[in-house]
Amino acid sequence: MNRALLLWRKTLNIVMLTLTGVAALSVVSVLFLILGYLIWHGGTSLSWSFFTQLPKPVGETGGGMANAIVGSLKLLLLAAVMGLPVGLMAGVYLAEFGGKTFSFVVRYTTDLLNGVPSIVIGIFAYSLVVLPVKHFSTLAGGFALGIMVIPITVRSTEEFLRSIPNTLREGAMALGASKWKTIATVVLPAASGGILTGMLLALARVAGETAPLLFTAFSNRYWSPGWGQPIASLPVMIYTYAIAPYDDWHRQAWAAGLVLLGLVLLANLGCRLVLNRGGAVRSV
Amino acid sequence: MTAAATTLQHAAPPVSGPRALIQRLRHGDEIAHLLTLTFAAAILLLTSMLVWELWVNSHLSRAKFGWNFFWTQTWDPIFDTFGAAPFIYGTLITSIVALSLAVPLGLASAIFLSELAPRKISDTVSFLIDLLAAVPSVIYGLLGIFIVVPLMRTWLGPALIATLGKLPVIGKLFAGPNYGVGFFTAGIVLAIMVVPFIISVSREVLLTVPREQREAALALGATRWEATWQVVVPWARSGIMGSVFLALARALGETMAVTMVIGNDPKISASLLHPGYTIAAVIANEFTEATGDLYLSALIELGLVLFLMTFILNGLARVLIVATERGGGRPA
Repeated sequence: MNRALLLWRKTLNIVMLTLTGVAALSVVSVLFLILGYLIWHGGTSLSWSFFTQLPKPVGETGGGMANAIVGSLKLLLLAAVMGLPVGLMAGVYLAEFGGKTFSFVVRYTTDLLNGVPSIVIGIFAYSLVVLPVKHFSTLAGGFALGIMVIPITVRSTEEFLRSIPNTLREGAMALGASKWKTIATVVLPAASGGILTGMLLALARVAGETAPLLFTAFSNRYWSPGWGQPIASLPVMIYTYAIAPYDDWHRQAWAAGLVLLGLVLLANLGCRLVLNRGGAVRSV
Repeated sequence: MTAAATTLQHAAPPVSGPRALIQRLRHGDEIAHLLTLTFAAAILLLTSMLVWELWVNSHLSRAKFGWNFFWTQTWDPIFDTFGAAPFIYGTLITSIVALSLAVPLGLASAIFLSELAPRKISDTVSFLIDLLAAVPSVIYGLLGIFIVVPLMRTWLGPALIATLGKLPVIGKLFAGPNYGVGFFTAGIVLAIMVVPFIISVSREVLLTVPREQREAALALGATRWEATWQVVVPWARSGIMGSVFLALARALGETMAVTMVIGNDPKISASLLHPGYTIAAVIANEFTEATGDLYLSALIELGLVLFLMTFILNGLARVLIVATERGGGRPA
């Protein structure tokens, strides 16, 4: 009896532990499946004209997404200009100046903002930027992405500032520097590597966002000069091309998917490797 | 902030009057404090504006439909009748399907990474899983349309109908016809998308469980699995629940991938294989086409509903995770 129970417990142990390993393996293999499939499908559809030409009219094969690539870059630039300074300054406040209650409220709100579905951010940008002028614009899209950049930047900035040892601050102050001088000339430069990678990660995250752009930046089959007109972006192009009934468009969607995923994953890979190395140094 | 900083600030002898103010401003600290404070306050302002805009712009719809909005099943832009029931239903069902697939998978993986795998392997795998979390949702949608939907149509769907569909009660959930698109397909895609969040948060929480807990269980003769399942996991229970809530909040608000595979049909049907619609998907599809003011207002009210759902879940999740990491978890 007892022996049977022991055997059962040992078997259960092995079976369950193996299952956990299988689970982890299957999740990781999904990443490689996604990568492999995109490289296989996207790679064969990718050509030089994809990067240099405008989309062709419906029915004609070929063409590219040059305007969407430039469009994504322009939107990201706007997002960076609008979101990063706010995130940086608020992060500095939380790490260096913040009191108790107000900091808690700011931190909590930031987390909340981070959790707001991106489509709701799109509605917000629509009612704030698109409605008053009555047309879609690059500005509205950049604004929507800019809001999404803020919470990520705040949290990473605060975290990296906090990881700077206090002895550094005390050293600067002992030499007579005021608090803001200490922050600006000692603490921020020391944390700059981490803060910059955090910012890049934030941009990489919004680079793939589609939902907030659908009714802010909208889309465009041509170049979009200036900042006041609708503009194409890679994620929105992938969406419209994927749900369209044309085979040639599907091929282009795969190519665009590969380009987008490649950029996002490369940015993530680089940032996280840098951060991990920094983390090892910091924890010493 | 630091002890040294405060002593230094108070070192200067106090001077009163406007001169004191000028002196303090010249010092620069006050200005820097105020400047950063302004930006921090801007985040509060921005978030309140977001809520305000959703509230004000949904006014027409709220005034006309009131609470009926939540249980009206018709969504008819031509006759200006708008009910949110099919969308709320679709949002909840897809999220429930996603969680019932993702929670066992994610928890098992997190257990493997925190309890079994050597630190190096665990870190590498977590790194890869973090990358998986970075994949844009439109890419998941793309793969959903061209891989999961055909798979569902030709193989998985018929298999489910032939097996689970024959059971007495559960059978209703897996009744045909099977189109490939629908609640279940959306659930699968969502599950893949939220699993990384469950894994990385649960792993962090499991790693905070004191080693003595494991050692005590093992010393009492428990097997590795028993120590994990009966001691470590209950200790981290509320943190794991927190990770599930976080995942749920993400699943509810996920737009693109779901829009591309759910079939976009505003109907409430018992079968998971039938096409449906979610809140986020209907906003994405119809917002630019909303011609009437009431139509737009109804869509914005849907956005408000979605916001409130994720707001509550995120709050709950945060409280739970913080509680566990402070060591508040009670062993069963």
